[in-house]
Amino acid sequence: MTWVNSIVHGIFLGGVYALLAAGLSLMFGVMRIINLAHGSLALVGAYAAYVFVEHTGLSAYAAIPPVVLGMFVVGYLLQRTMLERSLRAGVLVPLLTTFGLLVIIGNLLERIFSPDPKSLNPGVLGTTTWQITGTLSISPFEVLELGVAVLVLGVLQLYLTRTRMGRELRATSEDPDTAELVGIDSRAVYARAAAIAVGTAALAGIFFGMRSSFDPSSGPTELIYAFEAVVIGGLGSLWGTLVGGIVLGVAQTIGAQIDPQYFDLAGHLVFLVVLLVRAAIESGAIGSTRGVTA
Amino acid sequence: MSSATGTGSVPVRRARVQRWNPLSLGFCCALVGLVVALAFVPVVMSENAMQKLTTLYILVIMAAMWNALAGYGGLVSVGQQAFIGIAAYGAIFLGHQHTVEPFLAMLLAALIAGVIAIPVGLIVLNLRGGAFAIGTWVIAEIFAILVAFDSKLGAGTGISFLELNFFTPRHLLEYTYWSALGSTAVLLLILFILLRTRLGASLQAIRDDEGAAASVGTRVMLGKGILFVLAGLGCGAAGALTLANQLFIQPDSIFSVNYSALMIFMVLVGGIGTFEGPIIGAIVLFVIQNEVGDHWWYYTLLGSVAIAFALFLPRGLWGTVVDRYNVRLLPVGYRLRLLGGPALAKSEEPEPAAD
Repeated sequence: MTWVNSIVHGIFLGGVYALLAAGLSLMFGVMRIINLAHGSLALVGAYAAYVFVEHTGLSAYAAIPPVVLGMFVVGYLLQRTMLERSLRAGVLVPLLTTFGLLVIIGNLLERIFSPDPKSLNPGVLGTTTWQITGTLSISPFEVLELGVAVLVLGVLQLYLTRTRMGRELRATSEDPDTAELVGIDSRAVYARAAAIAVGTAALAGIFFGMRSSFDPSSGPTELIYAFEAVVIGGLGSLWGTLVGGIVLGVAQTIGAQIDPQYFDLAGHLVFLVVLLVRAAIESGAIGSTRGVTA
Repeated sequence: MSSATGTGSVPVRRARVQRWNPLSLGFCCALVGLVVALAFVPVVMSENAMQKLTTLYILVIMAAMWNALAGYGGLVSVGQQAFIGIAAYGAIFLGHQHTVEPFLAMLLAALIAGVIAIPVGLIVLNLRGGAFAIGTWVIAEIFAILVAFDSKLGAGTGISFLELNFFTPRHLLEYTYWSALGSTAVLLLILFILLRTRLGASLQAIRDDEGAAASVGTRVMLGKGILFVLAGLGCGAAGALTLANQLFIQPDSIFSVNYSALMIFMVLVGGIGTFEGPIIGAIVLFVIQNEVGDHWWYYTLLGSVAIAFALFLPRGLWGTVVDRYNVRLLPVGYRLRLLGGPALAKSEEPEPAAD
């Protein structure tokens, strides 16, 4: 029964990872870049919520609208200033500049907030539990977390498939030059995608902070979780990202069930296994797809 | 370009492919002289100076190895700290638990790091761009976690290389200094020779366009694999030397992603994809480290400067010098010199890895 417990909690944990990964997946899908500062920006969201709570005395949930809106703007500006220039400079340059950003954010957060761990209070939702069976109990906070993840991913999916902006986004990701020809402003499209990515990252960062404590070095950890979720689920698919997050979460909680220190290791190993299986499939099919993949 | 168009009307023009010129030959001789002179530093210099120079050599190794991956192979790794940590802990494992002579243990540990790079490469070299970057990072995290499990290796709290205490402090510093100088010279020489072979040219072809390189018969995986193993070996050497220089290591610090930050800084500042650039970058970082390394904003400075170079001076300090004055001190490519005319082309020292 403890195993069922770990699996159920792993599924809920996967919700946060999916939320964290959604923006990473979107930016990779549209701009073909991996933003190495993604986890650090999520962490900035968590710290911003922390400051909000400290100053206003309101709950951490009340911090969500202003922080997410603020990070929307941050994402937009980040794209318009640093990332846009990086993209023009070459395919590897965005990796270098976003890594630089990761280093700077970590350093500044450590200066401002000290290396001590902080946490956000999930309130009464986090302390009450619903007893499902004799040994299985879940908290409303976990349900909310997964619900928000599914909602955000669903809205993003609808946005991409049903709206004009979404169509422009997809067109730009397919072929930015042709998209420009039919009147799409690809720079605006990229900036919008970056804004959404950073905004959702901040949302995920806040939920992450309510679930467990965070410190200035948590950014890279959150990046790695998000990236693992994206890769496990398969690049370029939002629902895949949800599945990837859940697989990662379940792997971690099952690992932790065996021994608490296996939590991270189990997640990393599942990620590696997925990579190896993918590589094997690709090399098996290399005769027919070489021209495409090479 | 002007000389190229100018010669277009001449029917036949004799040309010579040139690699060395008097300047670069002279520089290489001077460099050999410098290495020999540096070998005598322990005779005349203080222990403090020796330790600092050892740190500089370690930085040079790390920068050259990261540049080999990114500048010549187009592989941006943020996980080279895996090999730094593997070799440092490998040396302790061999020297402490299996009573191998300490400096032999360090050498073997660096080689082990190179061997471990083979299976790691088989996994991560299938990945591209950002996926490769984070893939290498996850691997480094896995090794850090595994080391932290092992209580014989000090678990998470760290361990000292006690065997090194059998040397007098002065001797230890001298041996470490010579090992660092020797490793730097050997690794740079291997890289120099490697880049001058056919493989060097094919590597740059892979970096510039992997698909096109594969289509003309370049063995993409082999080329990348050789670079990755060399970088694993080199970072291993850097890790073993760091252990000897610090005597104490912890999984969190020796497997820290900050090493990647240092490597990226040095290579971007010095000049990515040039042979000489990373050495200059290492010297710049060495000076910064000594001047402001203790300030809280040290990493903010490194990050900001690295971003600024990536965006505004993508060829770095040395690359900019090369572009302006067309000099090469350590030539790894060829130049076509038209007889009776100026040098025509710079066939090598490619555009920055970034395109």
